[in-house]
Amino acid sequence: MTEKELHERAKATDSCGCPPGECCPAIRHEERSGHSLPEDRCSCKGPNLGNSTHKEPDVGIHLQDRADIPSIPAITPVSGTLDSGDMIDHILARLGQNRTGQRVTPGLYSIGCPGPGSPVIVTANYSLSFDAVRSSLESMDAYILVLDTKGINVWCAAGKGTFGTEELVKRIRSTGLTSVVNHHRIILPQLGAPGVAAHEVHKATGFHVEYGPVRASDLPEFLRNRVATPAMREVTFDLWERAVLIPVELRSVALYSVIAAIALWFIGGWLPAGCFIAALLAGTVLFPVFLPYLPTTDFSTKGLVLGIIVAAPFAAIGFLTIGEGTPLWVGIAAVIAILFTLPAITAYLALNFTGCTPYTSRTGVRKEIYQYIPFMAGFAVTGVISAMLTGFTRYLGMW
Amino acid sequence: MTIFNSYAENTLVFYQEKCIGCERCSEVCPHRVFSVHGPRASLQRPERCMECGACQKNCPTGAISVESGVGCAYAMIYSALTGRKEVTCGSDGCCGGQDESGDACSCNGSGQSAD
Repeated sequence: MTEKELHERAKATDSCGCPPGECCPAIRHEERSGHSLPEDRCSCKGPNLGNSTHKEPDVGIHLQDRADIPSIPAITPVSGTLDSGDMIDHILARLGQNRTGQRVTPGLYSIGCPGPGSPVIVTANYSLSFDAVRSSLESMDAYILVLDTKGINVWCAAGKGTFGTEELVKRIRSTGLTSVVNHHRIILPQLGAPGVAAHEVHKATGFHVEYGPVRASDLPEFLRNRVATPAMREVTFDLWERAVLIPVELRSVALYSVIAAIALWFIGGWLPAGCFIAALLAGTVLFPVFLPYLPTTDFSTKGLVLGIIVAAPFAAIGFLTIGEGTPLWVGIAAVIAILFTLPAITAYLALNFTGCTPYTSRTGVRKEIYQYIPFMAGFAVTGVISAMLTGFTRYLGMW
Repeated sequence: MTIFNSYAENTLVFYQEKCIGCERCSEVCPHRVFSVHGPRASLQRPERCMECGACQKNCPTGAISVESGVGCAYAMIYSALTGRKEVTCGSDGCCGGQDESGDACSCNGSGQSAD
């Protein structure tokens, strides 16, 4: 086959020489790191371009640059289909389990059958982020550049700076991206922007940064038109997005709540133990679910309202189940104990939920802390004193 | 309503005279705070700013200033109690604590992992 014929064929085929879409041209790492051209580069076992002794034809950027570049870019082919193992991995991540296992090796990945003109999508090395990207690109041909964000999602890592200009520039260089694609455009998730200065990346590497959509699920549409609609650019916090946070929220309070509930059971019986559990569940389960529907804007006041609603039936039960002949003030003290302590706990948990939302500013949260923490403490102290009062007076045989 | 709303004000400042109308700010803002009509950007919904810092970082002329940070009460209270520098997501004590202790901060689960 002459050089000309090879060129002609290359036009009609993918960069590896196989019919378009029939194979994955990304050569496995171990194969690419060797000096000789492997016989079966393609998973499709399609027609090959020459053999290992033949001078490598100028048909694709991969082959062309093999001899020129000392360290050949390692491209790992990856499937866009999530298997059951990935699903289990996601469930564990959502439960806050196996957090160290949620890391993807940073580097360059290929999905489908990308060529030198295929888009490059950048993401974090948190498995949920990576899987969201690759599953949304399932039927497409693209490269995925994974940055080392220490297993943290794009937005959090961008805020911290690990998903940042420096790491991106470093990763573009270390993967030899310029020799893989013939264009100078990379697509970053919009939420990576707090860590990346697009103009500096351009200056350092020549790559123009395009900010893609907020959500990976919008990637196919974005790639078709290369335009992000206003809806793609805006973060949302719908019921599902809030609900998936509940397991981790619950987990964060689980240990203390079990110990404290048992202790309260021994001290005061089922009512204080039940109130405590209710306060925790209100703050970690009901609050995320009902967040947009609770009155006021501040999280503390929203939590307080929710806490009072949840406390009311307990207070009523506490008042009505007081035994015959018990003085009225004991009932009132019990009601105060429940109506003050329970909402204080719920409000505090609600305030702590600010970090899980995609819209609270630091200025606002700081204001909330200074404004409401003293109130919460006051509520809690009042409630606990009331509860102790009823307990002590009973112990002293006053009723 | 300013009562029970701590989020009405923030640290975002836009120096419109420095703006060259490149539209990066409106591209990166997740709350559509900026809009670009004509040669320069303008603040459309400044009260929606969450101080993520994306616009400031990506403004090539330094026309935007914001004290960026994470609006996370847990992180701020934690740093106040331990006397440590304010943690961000992924630092010790928050999401990053997962590395050693397995403690989980839900920030890694929030909408942010979407992409």
